[in-house]
Amino acid sequence: MDTLNILLVGFISIVIVNNLVFTKFLGICPYLGVSGRIDMAFGMGMAVTFVVTLSGTLTWLIDHLILMKMGLEVTRYVCFILVIAGAVQLVEMYIRKFFPSLYESFGIFLPLITTNCAILGLCLFINLWGIDNLLEAVVLSFGAGIGFTMAICIMAGIRENLNMADVPESLKGAPITLITAGLLTLAFMGFAGMIR
Amino acid sequence: MTTKTTEGPILGQTFIAGLWRENPVFRLLLGMCPTLAVTAAVKPALTMGLSVIFVLVCSNIVVSLMRNLLKPHLRILMFTLTISTFVTIADLFLRAFQPVMSERLGPYVPLIIVNCIIICRAEACASKNGLVVSIVDAVGMGIGFTLALCVLAGVRELLSTGMIFEAKVMPAWFVPWAAMSMPVGAFITLGLLLGLVNKLTKGKS
Repeated sequence: MDTLNILLVGFISIVIVNNLVFTKFLGICPYLGVSGRIDMAFGMGMAVTFVVTLSGTLTWLIDHLILMKMGLEVTRYVCFILVIAGAVQLVEMYIRKFFPSLYESFGIFLPLITTNCAILGLCLFINLWGIDNLLEAVVLSFGAGIGFTMAICIMAGIRENLNMADVPESLKGAPITLITAGLLTLAFMGFAGMIR
Repeated sequence: MTTKTTEGPILGQTFIAGLWRENPVFRLLLGMCPTLAVTAAVKPALTMGLSVIFVLVCSNIVVSLMRNLLKPHLRILMFTLTISTFVTIADLFLRAFQPVMSERLGPYVPLIIVNCIIICRAEACASKNGLVVSIVDAVGMGIGFTLALCVLAGVRELLSTGMIFEAKVMPAWFVPWAAMSMPVGAFITLGLLLGLVNKLTKGKS
């Protein structure tokens, strides 16, 4: 019961209160780049969720079972990025085989999941927060993916409506998206301090 | 002789391009995460900028030297491995000589690995050009990035604390805008700055 409680609180905290996009500025590039249409945003969110869960779990295992035991913490970043690149390769092959139309519409953004800061960032945060329980690491990674999906879908929804708005000439495109993101962040600040 | 006379201007153009015309932050919209995350004050922004210059120059040199050995499908992997090696060096250096700043920047130093600017320059410039052009390009882009970071950080630090470089500049009646040091301030300031840059360059291009 106690562990279940901790896991639940951790999940809610990473999805809403400590959302990686809104409070830690991670994963901003796809957040701004792929949030034009809601179906693409959702597909991107799902791909990121899968990669982040897989790599969060794997990096925790590698970190605790190999690197810490053998005193190789210096090579941590190199190992983490290798794991992430491998996981992304896996997702890319899967999507190309089973969802060719989705693969076409993602274009360059799919291999760029490797350089999505949210994924490496989460692996580093799990290490920084000193999570010493595999189950907690898995739940946190999954929650981070869900949080990212939520953020990018909200953003895509707003931007679909923004197309019809009358925006000043020089603010069109990226600037207005950033300002919208700022206001969205302001809304999510209301959750700050709710948990931890 | 002709190659010598044409090389100078091209190098100069490559250097200037990074500063303004292809400024990584304001024009190409690359490397947004550190741009937003470390710009609450000028000092961390400057530290971040210098670390990025170091990593960018080193990785461009290495990528440029091994560009003929690269296999297309392993390209990105080789880039990230090269970059992460240099980021590890930068991180250890900061931890040893600037422990306070290292603590403050936290995971954003290792996150330089996934900074799009560095991969973009490795892919777009260093894997196609010779050593000299790659170095000049890296320095130009790095300085452009640092300048953009410092401008953003300057605005935010001034409005959120009334100070620049931790020295008070605003008059006593100034009430600090606490929101500017929070994520909200980062997004909105960058949005407005981009709008300003668009307005300034609209007539020329």
